[in-house]
Amino acid sequence: MSDTQPENLPATSAAGDAQTPAAEVVDQRQGMFGVRGTGDTSGFGGLRRQVALPGGTPKPYGSWYDGATDRLEGLVGDGAIEKVVVDRNELTLHIARERLVEVAKHLRDDEGLRFEFCSGVSGVHYPNETGRELHAVYHLLSMTHNRRIRVEVSCPDADPHIPSIVSIYPANDWHERETWDFFGIIFDGHPALTRIQMPDDWPGHPQRKDYPLGGIDVEYKGAVIPPPDTRRSYN
Amino acid sequence: MGVEEQLPAGVLLTTIEGLSGYMRKASLWPATFGLACCAIEMMTTGAPRYDAARFGMEVFRASPRQADLMIVAGRVSQKMAPVVRQIYDQMANPKWVLAMGVCASSGGMFNNYAIVQGVDHVVPVDMYLPGCPPRPEMLLDAFLKLHDDIQHGKLGAHKKALQTEREEAALTAAPTIEMKGLLR
Amino acid sequence: MTTTDPYATTRDTTEGKVFTVTGQDWDSVVAGLGEEPEERVVVNMGPQHPSTHGVLRLILELDGETVTEARCGIGYLHTGIEKNMEFRSWTQGVTFCTRMDYLSPFYNEAAYCLAVERLLGIEDQIPEKANLMRVLLMELNRISSHLVCIATGGMEIGALTVMTIGFREREMTLDLFELITGLRMNHAFIRPGGVAQDLPPGALDKIREYITWMNKHLPEYAELCNANPIFKARLENVGYLDLAGCMALGISGPPLRATGYGHDLRKTQPYCGYETYDFDVPVWDTADSYGRFRIRLQEMHESLKIVEQCADRLAKLEGEPVMVADKKIGWPSQLAVGTDGMGNSLDHIKHIMGESMEALIHHFKLVTEGFRVPAGQAYVAIESPRGELGCHLVSDGGTKPYRAHFRDPSFANLQAMPIMCEGGQVADVIVAVASLDPVMGGVDR
Repeated sequence: MSDTQPENLPATSAAGDAQTPAAEVVDQRQGMFGVRGTGDTSGFGGLRRQVALPGGTPKPYGSWYDGATDRLEGLVGDGAIEKVVVDRNELTLHIARERLVEVAKHLRDDEGLRFEFCSGVSGVHYPNETGRELHAVYHLLSMTHNRRIRVEVSCPDADPHIPSIVSIYPANDWHERETWDFFGIIFDGHPALTRIQMPDDWPGHPQRKDYPLGGIDVEYKGAVIPPPDTRRSYN
Repeated sequence: MGVEEQLPAGVLLTTIEGLSGYMRKASLWPATFGLACCAIEMMTTGAPRYDAARFGMEVFRASPRQADLMIVAGRVSQKMAPVVRQIYDQMANPKWVLAMGVCASSGGMFNNYAIVQGVDHVVPVDMYLPGCPPRPEMLLDAFLKLHDDIQHGKLGAHKKALQTEREEAALTAAPTIEMKGLLR
Repeated sequence: MTTTDPYATTRDTTEGKVFTVTGQDWDSVVAGLGEEPEERVVVNMGPQHPSTHGVLRLILELDGETVTEARCGIGYLHTGIEKNMEFRSWTQGVTFCTRMDYLSPFYNEAAYCLAVERLLGIEDQIPEKANLMRVLLMELNRISSHLVCIATGGMEIGALTVMTIGFREREMTLDLFELITGLRMNHAFIRPGGVAQDLPPGALDKIREYITWMNKHLPEYAELCNANPIFKARLENVGYLDLAGCMALGISGPPLRATGYGHDLRKTQPYCGYETYDFDVPVWDTADSYGRFRIRLQEMHESLKIVEQCADRLAKLEGEPVMVADKKIGWPSQLAVGTDGMGNSLDHIKHIMGESMEALIHHFKLVTEGFRVPAGQAYVAIESPRGELGCHLVSDGGTKPYRAHFRDPSFANLQAMPIMCEGGQVADVIVAVASLDPVMGGVDR
């Protein structure tokens, strides 16, 4: 097994073949305990691990996914759906951000899709996936057809704008504010994009990976335990 | 303050201290300051099984102006800290603060950007009660210890002397991290 | 007349004069208002308030007693739990997420563990007894959570007896929790792969006693409140939110079922074996606070039915494992309090020290490093007492979650507060918020 083989993926391979999705490498991890340089005498420092998320699945996807994606593609045309991932019995559509509002509208209104319930936005920050650092993940539920879908939109750090879908799913109001608060993703068209969890004048966006956990040392008699993000930990 | 603060030190003051301590502890009114999980345990302490009314404390006053004891029950976030201070300042003397739970005492398991690491960064605390959350019996024990403290509290000149003594001791005391050689 | 109180001054802001009212100074307030009689009054029901169900800030614009605009300020309990979980192993994450919605800790744990198990791909390897215990604990938690909702709701409208009897029943439930998990609240008992410990001896008898007790006492709430004219006058047609409003705002749980739409994830997308239990989903059709109250009462009865079925099934599964069989994932030991007061499992220690080197290695690796979860993401939603509680987990193939996000039902449901309260009276705001049953730990996380 070569060093660049992505590990820990259920039944996939980096090259991808007819059955399995090609993995999408988002990060590189080095070493084991976070120790770098000459301090590491264990030899674990030579470990290299690629972080590879499940990549795009080739058609056919199985179960109801094909019908739904075909229907959506028919409604929005080309260029909207960047990638379809079927992993662990969940369907994820990666959507180009300019087409998000259109896609959301069709997902909600078309009778075959009818995803009426938006569970909210979740932000994820991949600092080393250049050009697509910030992801906004929407989970939709169709109560009519009793199925779930995930819509994922990415934007670069340099231009962290994603159109807001509050006009289609008003439920997303506070969720988008929270994602702005924690990640800095600006949702264009949101009625009032302000901080919601942190104090109104808080600098920075706490749940980004480059924001420290912010803990203090715990002091004992003559000893100190550093906060968890500065301790050695398994990579 | 009251006339009891003006009395000269001596036997009279000591008797008055005993009496006023008893009065104060017997009907200490807590302010409703429940924040998180500890608030639920605080409510159950006021509820029938662990009745805090036995100790004169079931009257949870909503207005801090009428309360004697602020039980900070739960984690104090950065956003909430100014509110804690404001409520504390609005309470009338004599007032006490009980930090209930590890989050109020020291930040608890949440050693991060969002939680004040111990409400004693914001208000002076008279009693720390660890636990996550502390059982109602533990809270009652804290109440009783606090009552004991209040019973033996000093007034007027005695109080000033005690405070001066404590301040001297605190200024010369070694911080925890300097007390080396004790870690077992 | 005190004018030196730093909190009782008036100040001018861009929005106009701001008065901080502390008592005995109404003259100054009225005098100040007299200049501009048309101006609106914005009242802050601040984070510290006995009736706002936790640290919720309600900003109300009043016209007399009518609320013309209402807004919520949240974030006063924000703990950064989601970010904290990124620095702890998958099993340690349970202790963090359990403290989010502190009135239904088992639901937080269950949503998280189900998501971890989906990422691990061991969803169908969870032992039956573990699933049974999960359902048992979750339904007991539903009862205790609804009791707190009813109790605090009653207290907030002034019915203090409802509070005392609510907490009395809740104590019986907490006794059961203590017997089974060791703690009254924030248990960290449901772990990825199963549950932490087997049922202690005597637990089933206690559960049956509990069922008898609750069957006797739960009807008390109905007798006290259902037909009570004051209760009905305060709750009926208050906090009205019909189906269209609920669907637009993403409301789930009792407020949605009060509109007549019986959407319950335990029935539509069952997990942990819920499809094998016999229970109903109570639905009401008035879409107001009274309907939500009636639904919660009935849900407690239904939960009791499920608890009884769980107890019957558990009686047949003595000695079955409660953790997944895969030794690289399943938490190794079953602790018990020994004669010296320390938690230990002497059998387990004998096994790992004397009999099996592999077991020792597994124990060590599991406790220090934790297991590794293959990269990917998963979203699992369960039906918590407040609505749909979802857990979105992203794994990077490591020992810690890369991103854990919880879609908390209280956070989503609280968005409905303005629409329910605007146009009503101030007192109805309290009732409406109480009927949504937001738990600020879940709202702020």
